[in-house]
Amino acid sequence: MKLTGAQALIKSLEMEGVEVMFGLPGGAILPVYDPIIDSSIRHILVRHEQGAGHMAEGYAHVTGRPGVAMVTSGPAATNIVTPLCDAYMDSIPMVVITGQVPYSSIGSDAFQECDTTGITMSVTKHNWLVTKAQDIPEVVKEAFHIATTGRPGPVLIDVPKDVSNQMMDWYWPDTVDLPGYKPTSKGHPRMIKEAARLILASRRPVIYAGGGILKARAADALRELAELTGIHVVTTLMARGAFPDDHRLCLGMPGMHGNYTAVTAMQRADLLIALGSRFDDRVTGKVDGFAPEAKIIHVDVDPAELGKVRRPDVPVVGDCRLVIEELVIAVRDLLAGGTEVPDRSPWNATVNGWRAKYPLAYEPAAEGDALKPQMVLEHLRDSTPDDTILVSGVGQHQMWASQYWRFNHPYTWVNSGGLGTMGFSVPAAIGAKVGRPDRMVWAVDGDGCFQMTAQELVTASAERIPVKVAILNNAYLGMVRQWQEMFYDERYSEVYLSPDLPDYVKWAEAMGCVGLRAETPEDIQPVIDKANDIDDRPVVIDFRTDSREKVYPMVPAGQANDAIVVPPFQEGRHGEGGH
Amino acid sequence: MPHPAAPEKHHILSVLVENKAGVLARVASLFARRGFNIFSLAVAPTDDERFSRITIVVDVEDKTIEQMTKQLFKLINVVKIDELDPTDSVERELLLCTVRADPSVRSQVVEMVQIFEGRILAVGHDVLTVSMEGNPTKVDDFEELLRPYGIVELQRTGRVALRKLQRRPRPQALQAS
Repeated sequence: MKLTGAQALIKSLEMEGVEVMFGLPGGAILPVYDPIIDSSIRHILVRHEQGAGHMAEGYAHVTGRPGVAMVTSGPAATNIVTPLCDAYMDSIPMVVITGQVPYSSIGSDAFQECDTTGITMSVTKHNWLVTKAQDIPEVVKEAFHIATTGRPGPVLIDVPKDVSNQMMDWYWPDTVDLPGYKPTSKGHPRMIKEAARLILASRRPVIYAGGGILKARAADALRELAELTGIHVVTTLMARGAFPDDHRLCLGMPGMHGNYTAVTAMQRADLLIALGSRFDDRVTGKVDGFAPEAKIIHVDVDPAELGKVRRPDVPVVGDCRLVIEELVIAVRDLLAGGTEVPDRSPWNATVNGWRAKYPLAYEPAAEGDALKPQMVLEHLRDSTPDDTILVSGVGQHQMWASQYWRFNHPYTWVNSGGLGTMGFSVPAAIGAKVGRPDRMVWAVDGDGCFQMTAQELVTASAERIPVKVAILNNAYLGMVRQWQEMFYDERYSEVYLSPDLPDYVKWAEAMGCVGLRAETPEDIQPVIDKANDIDDRPVVIDFRTDSREKVYPMVPAGQANDAIVVPPFQEGRHGEGGH
Repeated sequence: MPHPAAPEKHHILSVLVENKAGVLARVASLFARRGFNIFSLAVAPTDDERFSRITIVVDVEDKTIEQMTKQLFKLINVVKIDELDPTDSVERELLLCTVRADPSVRSQVVEMVQIFEGRILAVGHDVLTVSMEGNPTKVDDFEELLRPYGIVELQRTGRVALRKLQRRPRPQALQAS
């Protein structure tokens, strides 16, 4: 069968099971947009290429399937660099297709030419510049294989216009031939035995669960391990929902804005069981002062993560699910063989003491004050189904969302962790809703973030994707304001945004959404109820929140986690935790 | 003038890569973005046309070399990496040099080239272009000894290396005795 390169490309995507793609056409990708008309693949037309990338990420986050985005050359390709980098940092499987000027023109500074594969080399797991139409099926097959196996990540295929127009003989490869790519999935049995021994010998163990748990579909295995051993679990920002927040062993989020118990339990632990986590600086604080007495078991599918930041005592390279399942068996074997476990009740009592003394808390708003953002989140949390998907941007609202939501199911939390991409939430929420139309999807956004990518709500309205957006509008770039208040003597430099400019309600309406506003505590519940009842279009709520509110606890940047700062009204309790 | 010799604590990475477009850029870009310094780099095809070998000399601590190797191995086109211990490998480098050699010192320069088993490639009125191949330390020595005569131009290839052949008795033989 003779096909054009463009037809072969779309057919290859169909062969890979792609159901939806996000994109925006332009000159160099024109040939590929023609066969889309006859394809089973749903194409969602975005308003900005960055939106296409974040939508693909949101889709991948909640479905586990690779997100697909397609854009043209030059500025379109550069616009999608941010989502590529975001997906690279957070290990999101994503396949991006870019148009390129004709192969014969490459290097001539042609109109809308840019060195896309050069620019994206460092933000993709791999990329390809296709030089012959005949190679397209093979490249697409490799691209999906690389994006979804081992440590997942984004890949990019750059397709010159003349290659799209070239004729080729259709084929579909059965396998990929990648001599340099063989990810390890099964952990080393000796290391797993050693890990099991260390786990049972420890007195103050903590499981440090990262995003790798979700990537490996290992939430059930993690729960089994935690319950079998009775070990507490912290879930990093990328792992929220990987272990249920309402589980008695769940300590919640660690790190710079983690809760006191999660942070301190890690600090005092004699064993950290790091599962699919990468000792990110936002978790460890100053590395030299991080969990000084802890031995480390580190399980990761990416060997480069083992020893990158902290040298593990027991390194295990492998897929988290497979390794944890083996670990459970190894622990059971040791227990059956009569291995004694030390008395951990003093440690458990200490942990419970911290929980009682330092719960996440905020001071309620005084009469007439603006809304407390935490209160808005509590209302939203309590008014939505347990399996609601929550998507956030980056900043204070992200931290409050992670802190105050209850994540009881995996794949219900979507955010930009590693790169910290402001503007992530609106497009990512749209992608999430496309992936899981059966779920309620709420984006919690800041006013600064919202202004970066809000135009994608036009996409959502046009495509009837009923996402809901809660803007915590404090009229500031809040997290920057918090740092200026705490570390720059309250000298506020270029952080004020105004609560009324733009008018978020009118803006929402102009984009085909329902726009709502809440200014007083009495407004909160009615607007949330109203938003929850709307299912035929997107909704945006402008919550007017208190700009003075800060995210606590906080470990100041560059300090050890022992320097954790609790909210002022909890300060008197400091030091009573004991252990 | 900085001494051209490799520092004491250098590591040699012999990296087998797929012979595909852009693979050198991928390797170089990785070193740049992870903050690793390359001391020298040599690329050439191998006996198998699907693969090339990149020999990279870096000057780093052991911990960094481990991370460097792991990151390098994540590149899809990187097939195999051997870290060669300088004491356990055969290294060679080629030097080309145009050196001043007016008639008053020409015989001394020629003698030097002979001692180092080099060759004279071109002869000018008062310059010579010479080549010399050997292990990098020897090449360093040669360069240092030529320097006083006045170097007009100099180019070294960067080293290539292979693992030294094992000549000790095999482990089984040891156990048997």
